[in-house]
Amino acid sequence: MKVDTKQKKFGMAIDLDKCTGCGSCMVACMSENNVPFKKDETNKLDSITWIKVYKVTNDKKYPDTDLCYIPRPCMHCDGQHGHAPCVSVCPAVATDNDKSTGVVSQIYTRCFGCRYCMAACPYHARYFNWWDPVWPEGMEKYLSPNVSPRMRGVVEKCSFCFHRYQLAMDKAYVEGRRELREDEYQTSCTQACPAGAITFGDLNNPKHTVHKMVQPDNKHHGKPKNPKAFRLLERLGTNAKVYYLSDRKWVRKLGDNQTPNEESSKKH
Amino acid sequence: MSTIDDKATEVPEDAAGESAETVPPEQEKEEVAEKKEINKGLVIFVFIAAFVASLIVGWILFPMVLYTQENQPIDFNHALHLEEVENSCESCHFFREDGSYAGVPKLAQCVDCHDEVMGDDPDELAFVENYVQKNIEVPWLIYSQQSDCVFFSHAAHVKAAKMDCVSCHGDIGESTSLKVYEKNIITGISRDIWGKNIGGIKLHSWDRMKMNDCAKCHKEETGNQGACFQCHK
Repeated sequence: MKVDTKQKKFGMAIDLDKCTGCGSCMVACMSENNVPFKKDETNKLDSITWIKVYKVTNDKKYPDTDLCYIPRPCMHCDGQHGHAPCVSVCPAVATDNDKSTGVVSQIYTRCFGCRYCMAACPYHARYFNWWDPVWPEGMEKYLSPNVSPRMRGVVEKCSFCFHRYQLAMDKAYVEGRRELREDEYQTSCTQACPAGAITFGDLNNPKHTVHKMVQPDNKHHGKPKNPKAFRLLERLGTNAKVYYLSDRKWVRKLGDNQTPNEESSKKH
Repeated sequence: MSTIDDKATEVPEDAAGESAETVPPEQEKEEVAEKKEINKGLVIFVFIAAFVASLIVGWILFPMVLYTQENQPIDFNHALHLEEVENSCESCHFFREDGSYAGVPKLAQCVDCHDEVMGDDPDELAFVENYVQKNIEVPWLIYSQQSDCVFFSHAAHVKAAKMDCVSCHGDIGESTSLKVYEKNIITGISRDIWGKNIGGIKLHSWDRMKMNDCAKCHKEETGNQGACFQCHK
């Protein structure tokens, strides 16, 4: 299949066998994207985490017990016809699926907080601002000017650090280029991961590591050809751009939320 | 008592009856028609007057209330500087190596020439005394400052698309003094973004810098008005 080099499809591959669950990606993401926080973040229903590390276990007794950490950013779904579940329900056109990069946007000034997108998102990747952000004194000076802070009453989510793409493109333009090198646009979480579990790049570019790892089959809505790669809730047809890799079969089965007696081969 | 009352009510009734009989019915109709015409004229007049008043309120008074006028801290002569510099606009409004755009120059650029007073302009004297010697940045009011949620790439427009500054900023380079900065009291944003013309009539490409203006040009030039994240952050 001929790949249009201009049409980019930025995506991520997360090696779950490398992830130690340290949470560096979450910290890096929050500071990079001006994500607000409160003193008490124990109530996870109203705390905001663009990328969140989940812990899952295989529910077996010692010595067979095993656990796995699953970092979950926004999946930037393409859907079956090029629209993510959240994009098709938004009544305000506050979120769209950029065809040239594959990134699902969220425009805070356009959003009026109906939260349809949160209901539509099967990954709980979207978060609602129940309060205006309050920064500890002096911390507002550390906010990134490249990401607009959100106000009370709007939804926010992971943007694949799109501002980094914009800034990298600016540099490329000034140098007379139109294409980015692979290392020029990397998300904050990718760079922060001490285990190197996250790989980010253009899924449409065969030279990029993420493409080599996942081997996405664009004829079948990006399904990975690598048998160790899978996507969360593949059966929903969200056509996510975040892939996970694991050698462990129970992790791969769990990723698609399969019932105990279900065989993954039936669905593929 | 009752008889007097009855008489009192009877008299005007009679008079009314007599008068009705004496005035011919045609004349009465004319009078009524005249009254109607006067009423009609009055209604139209009041309507037009109110319409004009609304236009004055909406197009002249409301913008006057909506925008406060602020003067720049010191005046600046673009035309004079443009003659002195070698590299046109980019001499002061340049790109950095990392692709970002300098925008309004900082004091460091001005100091190269204005370390000491060069001419006899009172604004230059004020600039050197109040800012250069005290090493304070000039709090310029930026006419083209977009709101917080906008990402505008000068590199994409100037370097990649080879657009000239005039397309969006107009002939500010030829101006000899800075115009008054009109600030929207609700949003705090310059009137140059919304456009001077309250009726929304756009004569030049630099008259407005609203999202629709961006989208229109993008559609004309690239065939596609672009995704949200292209200009938003």
